[in-house]
Amino acid sequence: MESLMSILIGVFFAIGTYLILTKSLLRIILGTSIISHGVHLLIITMGGVKAGGPPLLGLGSTSFTDALPQALILTAIVINFATTAIFLVLSYRSYKVLGTDDTAQMRGNEDE
Amino acid sequence: MSLLHIMILIPFIFAIFVPLLYKLFNSRIHTGWFVLIIPVVIFIYLLRFIPGISSGEAAYQSLNWIPSFGINFDAYVDGLGLVFGLLITGIGALVILYSIYYLSKEKEALHNFYVYLLMFMGAMLGLVFSDNILVLYVFWELTSISSFLLIAYWYQREKSRYGAQKSMLITIFGGLAMLSGFIMLSMMTDTYSIREMFTQVDTITGHSLFIPAMILVLIGAFTKSAQFPFSIWLPDAMEAPTPISAYLHSATMVKAGIYLVARFTPVFGGTSEWFWLVSGIGLITLLYGSVNAVRQTDLKGLLAYSTISQLGLIMSLLGIGSAALYFGYGDEADLYAAAITAAIFHMINHSTFKGALFMVVGIVDHETGTRDIRRLGGLMTIMPITFTVAVIGAFSMAGLPPFNGFLSKEMFFASVVDVSNLTEFNMDTFGILFPIIAWVASVFTFIYSMILVFKTFRGKYKPERLEKKAHEAPIGMLISPIILASLVVIFFFFPNMIGDYLLKPSVAAVLPAIAENSIMDMYITPWHGWNTELFMTIGVIALGTLMYISLRKWAGIYRMYPQSITLNAIYNSALDKAQSWSASLTDKYMTGYIRDYIAYLFGFFILFVGGTLIVTNSISFDASNNAPVNFYEIALMVAMIVAAFTVLLAKSRLTAIISLGVLGYLVSMFFVIFRAPDLALTQLVVETVTTALFLLCFYHLPRFKEQVHKEKKGVPFKPLNLIISIGVGVVVTLFALSANGTRLFEPIAGFYEDSYKLAGAKNIVNAILVDFRGIDTMLEIFVLCIAALSVYTLVKLGLSRREK
Repeated sequence: MESLMSILIGVFFAIGTYLILTKSLLRIILGTSIISHGVHLLIITMGGVKAGGPPLLGLGSTSFTDALPQALILTAIVINFATTAIFLVLSYRSYKVLGTDDTAQMRGNEDE
Repeated sequence: MSLLHIMILIPFIFAIFVPLLYKLFNSRIHTGWFVLIIPVVIFIYLLRFIPGISSGEAAYQSLNWIPSFGINFDAYVDGLGLVFGLLITGIGALVILYSIYYLSKEKEALHNFYVYLLMFMGAMLGLVFSDNILVLYVFWELTSISSFLLIAYWYQREKSRYGAQKSMLITIFGGLAMLSGFIMLSMMTDTYSIREMFTQVDTITGHSLFIPAMILVLIGAFTKSAQFPFSIWLPDAMEAPTPISAYLHSATMVKAGIYLVARFTPVFGGTSEWFWLVSGIGLITLLYGSVNAVRQTDLKGLLAYSTISQLGLIMSLLGIGSAALYFGYGDEADLYAAAITAAIFHMINHSTFKGALFMVVGIVDHETGTRDIRRLGGLMTIMPITFTVAVIGAFSMAGLPPFNGFLSKEMFFASVVDVSNLTEFNMDTFGILFPIIAWVASVFTFIYSMILVFKTFRGKYKPERLEKKAHEAPIGMLISPIILASLVVIFFFFPNMIGDYLLKPSVAAVLPAIAENSIMDMYITPWHGWNTELFMTIGVIALGTLMYISLRKWAGIYRMYPQSITLNAIYNSALDKAQSWSASLTDKYMTGYIRDYIAYLFGFFILFVGGTLIVTNSISFDASNNAPVNFYEIALMVAMIVAAFTVLLAKSRLTAIISLGVLGYLVSMFFVIFRAPDLALTQLVVETVTTALFLLCFYHLPRFKEQVHKEKKGVPFKPLNLIISIGVGVVVTLFALSANGTRLFEPIAGFYEDSYKLAGAKNIVNAILVDFRGIDTMLEIFVLCIAALSVYTLVKLGLSRREK
């Protein structure tokens, strides 16, 4: 399972990186989202999968999956949501102001 | 904090008050009068050390600076440091006195001038009294910086800026080289203290870093002391006001390199590499400087080359003297120890006569408005006192009696003759070159000394060529050169006064082994019979006079040397090339496209993480502890890969966004499989909201390019981007596999499984978030608030702009 997951995560990173390297702002944001999925899966896989029951004490299981990675990922998901939202609004704004969503055309400043 | 440290720091402290004094009193009193107090007080303070040091005691005070790194501000006063300290403060006082009359208090920015000057003085004192090499380095660079500021004192002039930059680039380069040499020394000896290094000479000499450390330290010394080929900065440094040229660029700062070589002679000396590098470069510089001085038409240019030449002379003497360490102690060692005596004696003499000459040139410049030899002449009767001082200084420089230069020049000749008989270090083959180069250089020294005096003060007075009507300088301006000129004569008649109190302890500091084991018989006398040295001097005078008279006939030879291969031309073109090359290189990779920079980041990630994995040999694969896989998990994975590729390949934005949503939901399915119910729930909610957000933006953002240009078939692939992305994917996979295969520590999750007891919560993940790491979560909420505010602001700002 872990080996397969590693390959899956690698694919996520590769696709995410390729999207980030494109010019369109929307694609870049899509790329960051895919990479963060990869990161979440990476963290949880590294914590060991299916090693015990869910980390809920009331269910009566004797061993639990590592709860710490889960807590970390929970934080990561929420923060990722916040950054994605900002990315989206930023790209919306820059398109409104600059009239393009192509990063190649956003080069330089008025002084140049 | 001892009195010694206060002495070193007081110029810096006083410098803070100089601008204030300038503001309050400058209309009535020249700021220089206040500054003058400092060197005079320190000079008197240092004089008190003479009795103790001449009887072999050294003063030592420690002050903790960064004790955890073994870096302490250890002040150490021995014979060598004391000679320099007296020169720095003595000449410093005279120069400040001179500058009071030289720099007008109405026109010049005196507060800057004296702040820099005091900074230099403090740095120089710190340099010669530091025992810790890192402290020494700090002061060393401070002297470079203050020299830079002083050369650029008249920063409106382009030449001043050029000269300042040149000196800065060369001396700082040397300083950095020296620092690396110092670091190597401390690696070899495990100490930063120079005196502790003396006790470990055997370890250093046998170490493989010995030669590199020696060369690096010497680069520092050679750049500072303007040795060939680093000498080119000194003539351009003459753009500084003349008091500065007299002080920094002839009497003190350029002698810091001499100090460094003398100080490190016990560490490196006695080896053939040190002997050849120091004496060889010294002799080349001696010849180069004296030959080039003759062709100068600017009086200060002449003095600059003359300084280079004299520094070369002192340097070569130090090299010759280092042979004494090879012999340990005994008659032969004493023979070469005499060269060290000569070096330090000549250094003192040089400071007196060259200081006087610089001041004379300053006076000529000040009173006639030019320093051009071709326009000057016949000033003897107009400026009799200045003329007398010039004669004393120049004749001393030429090595004539009855001036101190004669004594040290004779000692120099004696040393080169002695060393030519040396049988070690391949000297039986090359030894004869030493007296020949020394003699030829001395002939040229004689010629330029004569040019300096006679072309300026004899000949026809040409008032029409001068900007001002020439007249004798005011008495205040003459005091300092007169004092220095008197010293030139006094030292000739009473050389052993210096010999006993200053030279002996200095030589003892340079050659400690000899000082301990033999009684140094040091007696300097003007007359020692009809020996080789005397005949050499007579020969110099005879040939020098002849060549000076026939100067016009052979001076044309200088023009035959092509201008394009002078050191200056090489420096200038190297500087130009360095600038244009670095500009074109920077333009190549700093494209201004964010995409390129991101590509660099990912490229670096691949190289760094992948490289670390390979170099540390930590790629491993261990699937023995892996959890089992069942069919529907594989199906989920395949679905995820398909969804991810759909995002990548989708031609329409809607497909891409929806695929991303699918991907997110699939991830939450995985969280269910991985026994993470909280994550699954959160992911579901967040994914829904995110998709909604994407769709909102979708409405506003333009279509993908591929959609716009339908004629293009398929998505254009960029090969480089593809390679980078595959590289990142592979590295991450390898990393994940290796990390999974190597478990170094036990998980710490066991602690949290007590969450009911510790926090009263049955959901461990929740307990971690809101209890164990509660503050963390609070800050996370804070981040969300900021994000929400930013989103709101960005959207609102757009509206108000549109409303306008």
